[in-house]
This record gives sequence, structure tokens and C-alpha cells, in this order.
Amino acid sequence: MFNFLFDAHQLSDFLGSGIGLSVPLIFAAVGGVICERAGVFNIALEGQMLLGALAAAVGANLSGSAEVGLISAVLTGALSGVLLSILGVSLRGNQIVIGLAITLFASGFTSFMSRVLFPEGANSLRLDGFRPFGLPLLENIPFFGKILFQQDALFYLMLILVAVTMFVIYRTQLGLSIRAIGENPGAADTAGVPVMLLRYSCVIAGSAIAAIGGAYIVLAQVFLFSDNITAGKGFIALGAIVLGRWNPLFATLACLLFGVFDALQLRMQATQPDIPAQLFAAMPYVISILAFVGLIGLVHPPAAGGKHYDREVR
Amino acid sequence: MIHRLTLESIVKNFGNFRANDDVSLQVKTGSVHAILGENGAGKSTLMNIIYGLYQPDSGKIFSRGEEVSISSPRRALDLGIGMVHQHFKQVENMTVVENLILGLKGQWMMKLNHHRQAVKQMADDLGFSIEPEQQVWRLPVGMQQRVEILKLLYRNADLLILDEPTSVLTPNEIGPFFKLLRRLREMGSTIILITHKLNEVMDISDRATVMRSGRVVANVDTAQTTQRELATLMVGREVVFNVARRESKPGKPVLEVNDLTVLDDRRLEAVSGLSMTVREGEILGVAGVDGNGQAELAEAITGLRSAASGRINVSGMDVTGISVARRKRDLKIGFVPEDRHRVGLDLDATLSINSVLRSFKERPFSRRGWLDFQVIDKHAEELVSRYDVRMRGVHQKARDLSGGNQQKIVVGREIEGGPKLLVVSQATKGLDVGAIEFVQKTLLAQRDRGTAILYISTELEELLNICDRVAVIFKGRIAGEMNVSEATSERIGLLMTGGRT
Ligand SMILES: Nc1ncnc2c1ncn2[C@@H]1O[C@H](COP(=O)(O)OP(=O)(O)O)[C@@H](O)[C@H]1O
Repeated sequence: MFNFLFDAHQLSDFLGSGIGLSVPLIFAAVGGVICERAGVFNIALEGQMLLGALAAAVGANLSGSAEVGLISAVLTGALSGVLLSILGVSLRGNQIVIGLAITLFASGFTSFMSRVLFPEGANSLRLDGFRPFGLPLLENIPFFGKILFQQDALFYLMLILVAVTMFVIYRTQLGLSIRAIGENPGAADTAGVPVMLLRYSCVIAGSAIAAIGGAYIVLAQVFLFSDNITAGKGFIALGAIVLGRWNPLFATLACLLFGVFDALQLRMQATQPDIPAQLFAAMPYVISILAFVGLIGLVHPPAAGGKHYDREVR
Repeated sequence: MIHRLTLESIVKNFGNFRANDDVSLQVKTGSVHAILGENGAGKSTLMNIIYGLYQPDSGKIFSRGEEVSISSPRRALDLGIGMVHQHFKQVENMTVVENLILGLKGQWMMKLNHHRQAVKQMADDLGFSIEPEQQVWRLPVGMQQRVEILKLLYRNADLLILDEPTSVLTPNEIGPFFKLLRRLREMGSTIILITHKLNEVMDISDRATVMRSGRVVANVDTAQTTQRELATLMVGREVVFNVARRESKPGKPVLEVNDLTVLDDRRLEAVSGLSMTVREGEILGVAGVDGNGQAELAEAITGLRSAASGRINVSGMDVTGISVARRKRDLKIGFVPEDRHRVGLDLDATLSINSVLRSFKERPFSRRGWLDFQVIDKHAEELVSRYDVRMRGVHQKARDLSGGNQQKIVVGREIEGGPKLLVVSQATKGLDVGAIEFVQKTLLAQRDRGTAILYISTELEELLNICDRVAVIFKGRIAGEMNVSEATSERIGLLMTGGRT
């Protein structure tokens, strides 16, 4: 059953598909980390990925260019971030409820719009997407070269994104401010940090990044759109955030873990026809639940997460 | 002469409540200016306006003679105005240096190395040392306060607003703190000091502004006033520093503690083999430096903490195995805890709810498991009027009240339960003279009605003022006990620090 682990070729194929499956998760998780570090719960990640996926399909279909698809996804994600900020930050709504509402809305809206916009069926599309290309020199590294450096543009964007997010959050004055408004917005405000502006910026940026996760599925993996194409990946990303302790790099590693398990279950479904496929399909979700349960009490989320801030209320 | 700060006719409303009413103020450059007033007089509100946290509804602010509008703390800091709040505004799980550079403008990278050096240097210049890499929550409160002050100086603030800075300090930290303030004044800073402790005003300020019910009632030069005059201005009537009291007529023992041992949160002995008796109609004071087992003793008697060994008898019954609820209900033990925010009140609940926290399960407040809110509201209305709680309505949240008024709610609620035994822990912490007087009078009246009162406090004067007997606690044991007529501050002070008389 696990023989493939000992064959370099098969192993690299397997890891490659695991990494591929984790890329959408990574975008969503990094986007979510940015929001939560600033003290705003974003459980709309799933919905934002879906919106991003549809926007990418529409943009790429109308223009024939994958780049336009990507940009539409980013803008749509940002728009959903504006909505979340207005309702959940300025109007002081419950961020969990709003996040769920956005996800439920996105699920219905994208199915509906795909029928309106693609009367022949969105799942018969052949979209122009991002195709893999090798990075000179790096692609020749034995074993890893093929997995990491013969990829598409969005994959490289993801690598850069994780690095940049790490750098900004832990090394820069901006990152210090973001972490502070997630821990104690009152303290940050009195120290001169513009809390509201920064919360809005983080939520909008984080939402746009989550939407790229959806776009990736459409533009680099399946080249079509279908109903609920994200299949709960946004929720798994939430698990990865907790498992990664709100650190972008650790969250990325957690996503890789989930991705590899996903690849494993796909492989098992194919190679073990006697066992019900659903059992394997449930695996990534079970792992994410176990991760949650095992970590209860051990991790310290940003202290002000989900809490509203108003200067004049004490 | 140009003043560092001038306020003209500031008005601030919260809903239809006026917290600042036509307040004008002038602060001289390089002076220490005290703002004095009872809890709820509107001092913090005014300071938050100067710091840009609250926006005034009308009025003008001048900084160094120029009219300014202070829209945010950031703007205030740009004008050289900084504020240290009573509850520090720090990110506790960040380091000292991170807290200091948070929000600094004009740099993209954190430059931790550079700032570590600079911060150390600055602390050195002020005469204390600091560990920039220490996480703030690990620091003692006095040090956290210094970090807050450094934070302002680090942003070149030259007008420092300090909101009740001494309320978090122990008596022996206050001296060095005032020394630091004097040093800052020498270095050219202007300081606004909010306080309701009269001796501190006399000790350190150049001028004082007295506020009452949101208005300025007087501006005085400290050199030309007395504590008594300030107290009268503050409360609006003569204050009795020594509440009149009659001799007690102690009856049967109510609380008998025998060889009691209690462990603290770290499982170390906080109370070791302690014995004491409190009788009907008397107040036994427990004097001692904070942290000598007082908190654990109070918790053991009220049932919040279990006793490791020994006996606690209330009205002749051993209570060590009895639940908190039953001690309150059946044995009539009332408790005014030290930390009213965490233990005494539900800050986010209304005054109504808070007024029945100990009795909401009983008639007439609940019937067959349903709460009767009309009855509860009516009860709360009576309570707040009887105990002189200043508020806007019983549906206000407890959080919105000033400390003194919060305490009156707690005291009122516990007394309304008709206690046989009342355990009172640091009842006057953070209260102004007016509120202290009220609480003490209320307790004395309750004593005369026959309640046994255990009065735990670190303030000697207060203990000598209202207790009938004083026991001194030191390292979890009673180091000595005496009638108040034989007690002097010197004698108690000596016992408190482990000396013998
Ligand atoms: N943010 C707020 N919201 C509502 N009421 C407030 C707020 N801040 C203060 N108050 C009310 O204004 C009054 C003055 O409070 P405060 O300025 O804190 O007094 P002080 O500092 O003199 O004790 C109090 O009655 C308080 O209940």
C-alpha cells in the first residue's frame, strides 16, 4: 500500500500532487492569518475562495487571459473584505455570523451566477490558465527541483507571498502594529497606531489573498468552474491557522500536511477499491478536527480576536 | 505668559449624561498640576479629551498658545502630549522595547538593536535600569508604570498626563515614584497628575484644580491651601476624617477560626495555623502588608478557597465542607471582595442584575425558575438610592460606573442580604474621601445592628478609625492582637513588618 514512498519517481509525483493540493489552502490560510493577527475573525475564507474561483473563471473566459482572471479574483476578494470590514469592524456585527453569512451567500450566488453566465455549463469550459514553467538552474536541483521549481506563476507568487508576509509581520514596524491591534487595540491606539485603518487594510488584503486560493483551483488546476468547487478548503485553512499558531510559515506547513493527506487519500481511493472511498475522502477533515482538539488550551490566539474596538467605550 | 495647555469651556456628554460641563483649565509650563476630584467627577474623561481619545462636544484646546484640534492619540503625541492610563495600555505579551517602539513614525523596519540601546540609556538617565527584552506581563506593576512613562518620553512628549499613578503602587514605591516625577519636572516636563489622595497633592503639586460633578470648582496654589480645604472643595461639604462611632457591645462569637491553614495558587502555605474570633456587633481589623495571607484567609472563610486544615466555625457550625452558596444563604456570610471587577461584580451586566447576584434564585426575584425583572428593577432602584450610588439608571452597565459607585453597589448588596458575618477586604481601595466616609459609616451602622465584621485592610489610619480590635497578620499568622484603644500606628507598623512589641 505504501510502496510508492520508496520509489523516487513515485514519491516525487506524490509529493508534487500533495503540494499542488495545498496551494489553495496556503493562500486562504495566509489571508486568514493576516486578518486574525489584526484581531478580526475571518471565517468567510471558504466563501471568498468560491467568489475568487467564479471571478477568475468569468474574467479568464471573457478576456481569454489568465491574468485578467487573477485580477478579477483579487478585486472580488477585496470587495468581500470591504463588506466584512464594514459589517464586522465598523458596524460591530458578530464576525462569526457575518463570516458564515458571506460563505452561505457565496455558495448560492456562485452556483446561480455560473448558470446565468455560462448557459452551456461552467464545467465544460476550457479556460486558458497558468501553465507550469521551470525556473532556470533551480529546476535542476535533484528531486526538489521538479516539485518546487517546475510550477506555474501562481505557485511562485505563493512562495513570495509567504516570505513577504513573514517578513512584514515579524520584522517591520507595520507588522508590530498589526500584531498589537490583534492583542490590545486600546494600547496600540494610545501609542498612535491607526487601529481602524489597519484593520480594514488587513481584512481587505487578507480576503483578496484568500480569493487567489480559489482562483488557483480554476486557473491552474482544473481550468473550469463547478458548484462548490472549493469543497470546504476554506474551513480546512481555518484549521491550518490554528495548527500553525497564527504564524504564516507554520500555517503554510500545516497546509502542506493537509495537502499531503489529501493526496494520500486520493491515491488510496484509487488503489484500494475494496474500502469505501468516503472513508478516505473524510481523512483531511478528520485530521483537521484532531488537530483542533489536540491543540485546545495549548495555543494562544490573538487576545483581541473578534472583539470590537471603540475608543469611547470603556 | 504662554501656558503649556489651556482648555476653554470643554463640554462632554455621554448620552444625556454630562461628564464635563464647561471646564476651563490652564497648566503652566514646567509645573506639576494636580487634578483633584471624587470618583466620577469627570477627571479621566477630561484627560482622555486632551489625549484625543474622546472628542469634546464643544470647547477649545490650546497647546502652547495655539488652538488645536486633537482628533487622535497620534495627534496628541505629535503635539508632545502623552498619557499614562490608570490601567496601563500595554501589549502584555510583547517585550518592553516592542511596546516602546509601537506606533513610532518614520521607520519601516523595527530596528530593535538600535532602540534597545536607546531605551536603556534613557532609563539610565532617569535613574533606573530596565531590561528591554523582558515581556511586559512579567514585570512588577511599578516597573510597568515606568515603561509607560518611558514610552511617552521616547516620543518626546513634554506634557505627561498621569491618571491616578499611585493607586497601583505600594506605600514604599510611592517615594521613589515622586522622586522620578521631580526629576522629570527638572528636565523640563510639565505634568498633570490625577489623584484623589490629598497628601499627594500637598506633597508634589504646584497647583491644583478641583473638580466636582463634571465642573471645575476651584483652582488653587498648593502652597496656599490645606488638606481640609481641598477635601471640602472636592466633596462639597465638610468631610469627617474620623467617622464618629460609639463603643461596641460585642455579643456571642460569630466567626471562630481555629488553627487554620490555607494554600495559595502555587500550593504554598499562605495562612499557617491562624486562629481568631469575631463577635456579634464588633469589627475586627486585620492589618498587614499586602500578600501576607489576607486574601487567602478571606477566601477560605467565604468558601472560595478550601482550607488545607483547621476549622472555621460560623455561628457555631463548622463550615469548612460547606459550599459558597450555602454559606451565603444559610449562614448569612456577606463578602465585599478586594477585586470588585473580577469577583464582586459582573461588569457587563446591568446594575439591576448586579444588585441581585446573591439572591436572584430566591423569592421574590424568581418564581418557579423565572426571573421577575420588575421586582428586580424595583429592588435595584431602592438599593441605589439607599446607598447613594451615582448613576443614570439601573439598566446601565456596572462597567460605566466609577470605582466608588461600583463599591457602593457591592457593599449595599451584601448588607441587604442581612449578614451575620461580613468579610470586607480592602473596601476603600481606589475610593475618594467622600466614598470612604460613606462606606465606613455604613459598616459601622451595620455593626451596631449586630453584624460581626472582619475588616481586612492595609491602611493603618483606616483600621484605627473604624475597628474595635486590630489583629496584625504577618506571614500567614497573627503576630499580635489588641484593642483599638491600645493600638498605635507605630505598634501595628512594627508587628506588620515582623518586629515584636
Ligand atoms: N466611555 C464612557 N461611557 C459612558 N459613560 C462614561 C464613560 N466614561 C466616563 N463615563 C461617566 O462619566 C462620569 C465621569 O467619569 P470619569 O471621568 O471616569 O471620572 P473620574 O476620573 O473623575 O473618576 C462617570 O459618571 C462615568 O460613569
